[in-house]
Amino acid sequence: MSILAYNGGAVVAMKGKDCVAIATDKRYGIQAQTISANFPKVFQMGPTLYVGLPGLATDTQTVYQRLKFRMNLYELKENRIMRPNTFSAMLSNLLYERRFGPYFIEPVVAGLDPIDNKPYVCNMDLIGCPNEPEDFVVSGTCTDQLYGMCEALWEPNLSPDELFETISQALVNAADRDAISGWGAVVYIIEKDKITEKHVKTRMD
Amino acid sequence: MASERYSFSLTTFSPSGKLVQIEYALAAVAAGGTSVGIKASNGVVIATENKHKSSLYDEHSVNKVEMITGHIGMVYSGMGPDYRLLVAQARKTAQQYYLMYHEPIPTAQLVQRVATVMQEYTQSGGVRPFGVSLLVCGWDGGRPYLFQCDPSGAYFAWKATAMGKNFNNGKTFLEKRYTEELELDDAVHTAILTLKEGFEGAMTADNIEVGICDAAGFRRLEPAHVKDYLANIP
Repeated sequence: MSILAYNGGAVVAMKGKDCVAIATDKRYGIQAQTISANFPKVFQMGPTLYVGLPGLATDTQTVYQRLKFRMNLYELKENRIMRPNTFSAMLSNLLYERRFGPYFIEPVVAGLDPIDNKPYVCNMDLIGCPNEPEDFVVSGTCTDQLYGMCEALWEPNLSPDELFETISQALVNAADRDAISGWGAVVYIIEKDKITEKHVKTRMD
Repeated sequence: MASERYSFSLTTFSPSGKLVQIEYALAAVAAGGTSVGIKASNGVVIATENKHKSSLYDEHSVNKVEMITGHIGMVYSGMGPDYRLLVAQARKTAQQYYLMYHEPIPTAQLVQRVATVMQEYTQSGGVRPFGVSLLVCGWDGGRPYLFQCDPSGAYFAWKATAMGKNFNNGKTFLEKRYTEELELDDAVHTAILTLKEGFEGAMTADNIEVGICDAAGFRRLEPAHVKDYLANIP
């Protein structure tokens, strides 16, 4: 089995009208054995910027710390906050520096650009090849199911409330069809000056 | 090893607390060709004299005004060979930043990093300080920037300034002429007038260089273009 699927987990992000959403499950396991149902995989990196790091849990934590380190230095040196696309470029570089001994995570970035408030989502593979689509991105151990759900439910210009419903249904129903994802979920809805964090209950079997 | 004998820093404090090596470097700058920089409301201009000792010299094949990256340009007063090293370093820094963040380097960041290099040459072993002061002009975030970078590693943000030979006269002249709402075209005119203050001999499009930077990016003016500006000068 792939080391990327050792701990399990799923992250999805979607664009809406003047808003973005990012959602993650809460499971942390060792193969089929569930250890915890409260393991954060999505982190806030700025006022309107989030990153999800599903994959090998140890690398989730290491990559988060190294990202935070680089970002703090950037923001101190330049005295300004980082834009989502700049953050993605930096993350992509960080991953590619380990081209031949990679961190086993496949990141998702979601945020609003602090300059023009445009929604931004991006995902990349474990060596940092970025993908910036106009609709949604998925990552983790149930990407097939997530793609199916997102393609069925997502439509352009969703309002924050509609976006919450869409992303929650997509994640919950995809994770229910994956034995190593789920055990609760967290959804973040990011708007210009409001962030809503909602915890969603899911099946625990 | 013989080279180890001179591997200590050549810049040492004098009993009065001064670093004379740096003062000598500043003297080298003050003896160099005059450079002027002026920030306008819609851009920046940098200009310098580029005089040649012989009429046999092929003008316009070696430049003092150089582009660093799309929106940043540079000029110097002092020693040409030292300048080339800093230009190469600045270009590399700009590209490294772009590679890391996929975003053009802010002028202030570039200046800070070049200044760091210049400072290292005042404290490292076996090297001497740079014999140049730089004028860096840039455009980012919708506004112009103008910086001066000295051999000590100190840097300053100016509205307008002059360096090199007769820089004091140039600065006095700019203090009288400068206004905040200056347009780029007028700034080029003023920059050339400032150069003319201490210019020996006749000023032509072949012995001065002008670079401008605005929302469209940085470019060095063609001699024909400089000639147009010179035509408006008494």
